[in-house]
Amino acid sequence: MTTALRVPAGVERTAPPRRGVRSWAWIGLTPFLAYVLLFLALPTVLALASGLFTRDGAFTLDNLAALGDPVILGTFWNSTWLSLLTAVVGAVVGALSCYALLGLPETGAVRTAVDAAAGVFAQFGGVMLAFAFIATIGLQGVVTRLLAGAGIDIFADGPWIYELPGLILPYVFFQVPLMVITFMPALTALRPQWAEANLTLGGTRASFWARVGIPVLAPSFLACALLLFANAFSSYATAAALASQGSQIVPLQIRTALTSETVLGRENLAGALALGMIVVVGVVMALYSLIERRAARWRG
Amino acid sequence: MNRLAPSRATRWVVGILVGAFFVVPMLSTLLYTLRGGDGFSLVHWAALFDPAQARLYAPVWAGLGNSLLLAVVTVAIVLFLLAPTMVLVHLRFPRLRPGFEFLVLLPISIPAIVLVVGLAPIYQQIGRMLGTGAWTLAFAYGITVLPFAYRAIQASVDAVDIRTLAEAARSLGAGWGAVLLRVIAPNLRSGLLAASLISVAVVLGEFTIASLLNRQVFQTALVVVKNTDGYAAAVFTLLALAFAFVLLIVIGLAGRARTGKAAS
Repeated sequence: MTTALRVPAGVERTAPPRRGVRSWAWIGLTPFLAYVLLFLALPTVLALASGLFTRDGAFTLDNLAALGDPVILGTFWNSTWLSLLTAVVGAVVGALSCYALLGLPETGAVRTAVDAAAGVFAQFGGVMLAFAFIATIGLQGVVTRLLAGAGIDIFADGPWIYELPGLILPYVFFQVPLMVITFMPALTALRPQWAEANLTLGGTRASFWARVGIPVLAPSFLACALLLFANAFSSYATAAALASQGSQIVPLQIRTALTSETVLGRENLAGALALGMIVVVGVVMALYSLIERRAARWRG
Repeated sequence: MNRLAPSRATRWVVGILVGAFFVVPMLSTLLYTLRGGDGFSLVHWAALFDPAQARLYAPVWAGLGNSLLLAVVTVAIVLFLLAPTMVLVHLRFPRLRPGFEFLVLLPISIPAIVLVVGLAPIYQQIGRMLGTGAWTLAFAYGITVLPFAYRAIQASVDAVDIRTLAEAARSLGAGWGAVLLRVIAPNLRSGLLAASLISVAVVLGEFTIASLLNRQVFQTALVVVKNTDGYAAAVFTLLALAFAFVLLIVIGLAGRARTGKAAS
């Protein structure tokens, strides 16, 4: 009697037929999971594992020891300061740009154009940004010639555009837009009522930013700056197009390791470098999501 | 009136200073392409369509062709693999959503240059099984576009009550195929369009994976042509950036038309 009552009730609750659909639903997830497993999980594991095994498949920590090599340490240091510098500059300039955009209608022409331009420069520039900067401040660049006409030789100390310092401007060029994209939501979430409350209580515009605005936005700012750091650290295309030779930063060192059989007398150095890189980027991104989660709390 | 907004003067000063930093390189690139003889000339633009020099630019057109093919296959992966899975997770496995989200946003944290180290042996295998056709690279590109495509589609999924729509369609006798194609897909069209366009932009701009797997795509071809003709590379750079800009403008407008206000 009780079972006879229960069965129809169960059928009613799960509107589509129970058993068959449930198993079908699980099957529906498998193609995507298989795809991600094959082209995201497997390459990542292979990249990391290749740093831990010799070509014959024996486990070794020898490749990892390469990370302690002065040359490799030097490239990690170059990558770090380049990323840190461009992340800080990008974060400050980007945040100021967001502030300047604050209050403009989101559907207006300015915001629409800025959003699209920021997307292009931050995400799809790569090689093309390098070309733009070669055309601007390359040896035959437009600005270079203009300054030369005025008696200023920007390459008096050598052609730095194709070396490490030459990466700074193109990197800032894609860091600022990324900051605009990621920091704008936090800034627009600030409530105008807080500014009004501050004014009613006798505060000024400056005191609002000093006591309310900046403290509230600080975590978001920090999180975005971390994202910028990771972005610069893992960026390859711009550097590869500018510095066609050499391996001044970690991604370029990976290129060298992939295209030549042995670097520093070691095989599988690319895997060890990839491992080192993913540790750095992984730690930074973990910090990012930790801070971002905290920062998102007041937005509601 | 937003009391937080900066004063008009502040807006203009920041706007002009930051704007100049972005306009100067773009303007310089344009002036660079207009060089020729003593003054300005369109000779470097006209050269692209000069049959006598066609051989010089052949790699770019071939690379562009490959990139467009890759864009089509990548969009297919987004529309026919990612999107249905997202709908399925939303309708049947809402508890899996945080895990699913973590998974699809993971490519942000894994640099392409790291991925390519592991993709090299996989593509050796694929080369043996499927040949070395350009389109196979789309499997890797599908991964790199995941975070962008996911965000675009999810904005639509969150804005439309697809659960009620699906139930209504089911109770009227529609099969799951009809529900997906004729009820859910049209309602998610702005998200699907945005995801497709952004995937096209990502694929056309991708260099790292193609270059290190020795594939010929638009960006790698640009580097090749740059070595023989810097002006042509600059012309293509301007055209490609302008194209991506237009794509993103369309995405912005499409998102607005559907949801009324931008779902960020």
